[in-house]
Amino acid sequence: MSRAFLALLARDLRLALRAGGGAGLGVVFFLAVVVVTPFAIGPDLALLARIGPAILWIGALLASLIGLDRLFSADAEDGALDVLAMGALPLELVAAAKGLAHWIATGLPLVVAAPVLALLLNLAPASIGALTLTLLVGTPAITFLGLIGAAFAAVFRRGGLLVAVLVMPLTIPVLIFAVAATSTALGGTVPFGTPFRILLGLSLAAMVLGPIAAAAALRVARD
Amino acid sequence: MRLVVQNLACRRGVRTLFAGLGFTLEAGRALIVTGPNGTGKSSLLRILAGLARPEAGVLRLEGAPEPDDFAEDVHYLGHLDAHKGALSAQENLAFWRAMLGRPALTVGEAMEAVGLGGLERLPVAVLSAGQKRRLALARLLVAERPLWLLDEPTTALDAAAQARFAELARAHVSAGGLIVAATHAPLDFGPCDGLDLGAWRPTRPVAERVDA
Repeated sequence: MSRAFLALLARDLRLALRAGGGAGLGVVFFLAVVVVTPFAIGPDLALLARIGPAILWIGALLASLIGLDRLFSADAEDGALDVLAMGALPLELVAAAKGLAHWIATGLPLVVAAPVLALLLNLAPASIGALTLTLLVGTPAITFLGLIGAAFAAVFRRGGLLVAVLVMPLTIPVLIFAVAATSTALGGTVPFGTPFRILLGLSLAAMVLGPIAAAAALRVARD
Repeated sequence: MRLVVQNLACRRGVRTLFAGLGFTLEAGRALIVTGPNGTGKSSLLRILAGLARPEAGVLRLEGAPEPDDFAEDVHYLGHLDAHKGALSAQENLAFWRAMLGRPALTVGEAMEAVGLGGLERLPVAVLSAGQKRRLALARLLVAERPLWLLDEPTTALDAAAQARFAELARAHVSAGGLIVAATHAPLDFGPCDGLDLGAWRPTRPVAERVDA
C-alpha cells in the first residue's frame, strides 16, 4: 500500500515538474504580487514593514490555490481516476498522496522564496523567520483544504471556479492566525506561540479532514 | 472463481437501460456483450467494476477474497486510456504496475507483448491512437487480476494488433481468467458466452414519473 502511495506521489511530482506541469506558476504569481506591492503602496518603508507579512501571506494563499482545480479533474478526464478508485489504495490516501505532491511542487517553493521576497518588503529578520515558519506550517493546510474544492471541480466538469468559492472561506482562519503569529515578532502582548499553535492545529486538522472530505466528494459523484 | 449477476437493473436519468439482467460466468470463459448503441454496455461494465451503482440487483465474484466488493480483482479498461501525455510510455506503465500491485509481467515484457517494443522512452503524447490503445492493453498484463472488463478494447487497433490482443485474451481465459467485453468487432476470445443487451431492454424504458 505504501508502494502505491509513493508511486502516485512520484508520478504527480514528475508531472508537475515536467514542462507545462505548472509547478513554477505559483512562485511566479507570488513573485508578481510581492514585487508589484511596493510600487502600489509607495516608498514608505515603515508602512511596508508593517503590512509586509499580510501581503506575503495573501500572495501565498492565492498562489497555493493555483492549479488546484486541475488536481483531480485531469485524472477524471483521462480515465485514470477510475482505475485509481479500483485499486487497493483507499481514495482517502489517493487524495492525500496527490495533495502532498501538489504541496511539494507548489507550496514548498513558496516557503523557500518567501525569505528572499520578504527583503523587498523591508521585513525585519525576526519577522522573516516568523513568516517563513508560518508559511511552512500554514501552506499545507491551504493545499489540503483545497483538496475538497479540487474534488468538487472534478465532479462537476468545468467547475474550476468552485475551488476558489469553496476553499477561500475555509482558509480564512489559517490566514488570520498565520498573520497574527507573524505580527507578534514586531512586538505586542501576545507571544508568538499562542497563534502559532492554533495554526499548527488547523494544519493538522486540514491534513486529516481534507483527504477524507475529498474522497467522500469523489465517491458521491459516482452515479 | 465465477461471476454471478442476478436481477441487475440500470437506470440513467429517467431511462431504464436494462432490468432483470442475470448471468453466470464461469472461470475460463469470456462473455461478449453486444447490443446497439445506448443499450447500456458501458454502463454494465462500469457497474461490474464498482464505478457505478446499479438500480437493483446483486453482483458477486465467487472465489474472490471479498466476493461482494471485488473491485480489487478487476481490470477495467474503459474508453479512456488513463495515460499522461507528458510521461513516457515506460513511466506510465511502471506507474500502473506499482500502483495496482500484484505485479505480473515486467514493463518491458508487457510492451513487447502488445508490440510496442522500442517505444518505451517516447512521451505518450506523440504516440498514435492505436499505439496508445496498445499501451492501455499492456496495463492488463503488468498487474494480475482474474476478471478483465473491456469496453471496446480493440478501438483504433489494426488487424494484426487485434489478432495479437485476441491471443493475449485467450491466454488469460485459458489460464482460468474471466473476461467481460463489450464490443462491436468480432473477437475470438476462446470459449465464449454471448449476451445481447438489446434483448434485456424493458418494454417501457422510461420510468413512470413520480409526482412530487
